[in-house]
Amino acid sequence: MSPYFEGENFSFERHRDSDMKQVFKRPSSLRDIPFHFCPGCHHGTIHRLVAEAIDHYHLRERTIGIAGVGCAVFVYEYFDIDTAEAPHGRAPAVATGLKRALSDRIVFTYQGDGDLASIGMSEIVHTANRGENITVIFVNNTVYGMTGGQMAPTTLLGQQTTTSPYGRDFNQDGYPIRMAEILATLEGTAFSARVALNTPANLMKAKKAVRQAFEMQMNDMGFTFVELLSACPTNWGLNPIKANERVEKELIPYFPLGVFKERKGSDHF
Amino acid sequence: MGKIEVNRERCKACGLCISVCPKKLIIFSPGPNSQGFYPAEQSSEGECTGCALCAEICPDVAIEVWR
Amino acid sequence: MEKRLFMKGNEALAYGAIKAGCRYYFGYPITPQNDIPEYFSRHMSKVEGCFLQAESEVASINMILGASAGGARAMTSSSSPGVSLMQEGISYLAGSELPAVIVNVTRSGPGLGGISASQGDYFQATRGGGHGDYRTIVLAPHSVQEMHDLAMLAFDLADLYRNPLVILADAVLGQMNETLEDRPYRPLELPPKDWTLTGASGRKPNLIKSLYLKEGEMEKHNWKLFEKYQSMKKESRYEISRAEDAQMLVAAFGTSARVAKTAIQIARAQGLKVGLFRPITLYPFPDQALLDLSRRVKKFISVEMNTGQMVEDVKLSVARDADVHFYGHAPGSPPDPEEVFEAIKKVY
Repeated sequence: MSPYFEGENFSFERHRDSDMKQVFKRPSSLRDIPFHFCPGCHHGTIHRLVAEAIDHYHLRERTIGIAGVGCAVFVYEYFDIDTAEAPHGRAPAVATGLKRALSDRIVFTYQGDGDLASIGMSEIVHTANRGENITVIFVNNTVYGMTGGQMAPTTLLGQQTTTSPYGRDFNQDGYPIRMAEILATLEGTAFSARVALNTPANLMKAKKAVRQAFEMQMNDMGFTFVELLSACPTNWGLNPIKANERVEKELIPYFPLGVFKERKGSDHF
Repeated sequence: MGKIEVNRERCKACGLCISVCPKKLIIFSPGPNSQGFYPAEQSSEGECTGCALCAEICPDVAIEVWR
Repeated sequence: MEKRLFMKGNEALAYGAIKAGCRYYFGYPITPQNDIPEYFSRHMSKVEGCFLQAESEVASINMILGASAGGARAMTSSSSPGVSLMQEGISYLAGSELPAVIVNVTRSGPGLGGISASQGDYFQATRGGGHGDYRTIVLAPHSVQEMHDLAMLAFDLADLYRNPLVILADAVLGQMNETLEDRPYRPLELPPKDWTLTGASGRKPNLIKSLYLKEGEMEKHNWKLFEKYQSMKKESRYEISRAEDAQMLVAAFGTSARVAKTAIQIARAQGLKVGLFRPITLYPFPDQALLDLSRRVKKFISVEMNTGQMVEDVKLSVARDADVHFYGHAPGSPPDPEEVFEAIKKVY
């Protein structure tokens, strides 16, 4: 089992004006620089959850992050860890090569829905199928963010995007893809979960899932995958609060939250 | 008894902290930051419990919480 | 008298393509060419065409292959990293002798690079980034008007030679807005498409392939392609400006040529006799025209938004006793006319 103990990831600083203890602080693996993301974008939140997991298990010095292409690409700016940029969609393959070479390191990919479920569909399926001992953080916001709001494989039926100007139509573009469920069907997958960040309650469950994914990697249990339903206020044309309401009313009904696969033991010796 | 501190320059006035505070203690400040956003701040009314929901929901890690 | 429109380069290209009968667009989003798929997503259904956002550029180029094999006018567009992904598909299109139009709205590289314009894909386009002994015609627009006009020409040339064709634009051309004369599509005379895969009803089956395993077949096929590429040389196109009394010529294509035109104005105002040689086809490179000019003009400067690509073709083309210089503005933003003028002045 894991030799890492659950320590506190911040010291109890005393507030200068009183005897109060600090109960919430930026994780140290997250550089103290401003996020360039749009107001209300969940990338910032997800970066923080991943950094909190890295800090919680004291992994900073042996973790390598692999960024996909899209708004996800700036992982190297924000995490104070070794990072690499992969070509669009290929992060799972890059992670495979790296983890095979350095099997005692913690390797994670950070990818959006175009990167992972469109151009990278082959790479993610085969990496999961091989049971590569890596963690994939999948940011699903139902659009292509960086390039200006085109349709994604996870765009909902009827959703207007710049390349589905009349609303996604299954006759033309098929149905939105549920990645957490698909990967859960593969034997190689040890953990596949879908979470959301639109309410404090959902966010706490997301935090737990991200932590679990990293812990299972530490215990060599196989491929771990967390899909995080996220808001893209800019490309949805909604303010951050309405965007979170959309996650609740439109995304969650189609992309249910939950753990779809959770292996209890490692499948190799 | 709790307290929050919002980093004015990091806040993008997304409003999420305001929407989740169970005691409705957070408001938009009357003056903008250098980016032109009117950042969130703890109002002087009412008692903060230090629940940290605001900090958890903040996408910019702009809030620190004491209790 | 044609209507005058005011359009963005990317959209003008798509508009021209639809005019020329392109009814199939398969592509994937990438900056700085997203206006092209977005335009087709709005307009293809209006002309009963098909717009499909493919899952990747690899899928896109292979969808083109299928549609083209069926006899359709199909195109895709992308930008540098995506065009790299298409190289295998382009090689297959060439080997199978299928017409297709591939648009590269060049950004900066190598790798993920940046989203601003460059001319760093000249080699990729003209030397063929894919494997094997093939060539593709490469058209290089330098204005929104040419984005529109050359798009129309592209489909005819692709069909005429049964070959993939590349339109090499850049981020500046793609994003800029200019007036456009709404010229009509005037088709070239084209052979009938009797080789397409439409179902062998009442005829012997057709075959589209690029595999040749039998003794001597591969060699024969390569020389057949060679003959075709030789015949493509008559499609060479170029623009010469202010060359009659020139002591020096700037060689430039695309956005570099636009900037060079202004730089030449500055030079002329100061008494320097400079002209412009602008290839419009980068393949076939207008080497004969350049050679003819170099019998009288002995100084050339190739101005490019890269670290030296077209200059090699200029050197290969000109007479032995002509000097060829190079001014490269590294990718990131187009050069200023003043800086190009300084470069001209330095070697004049």
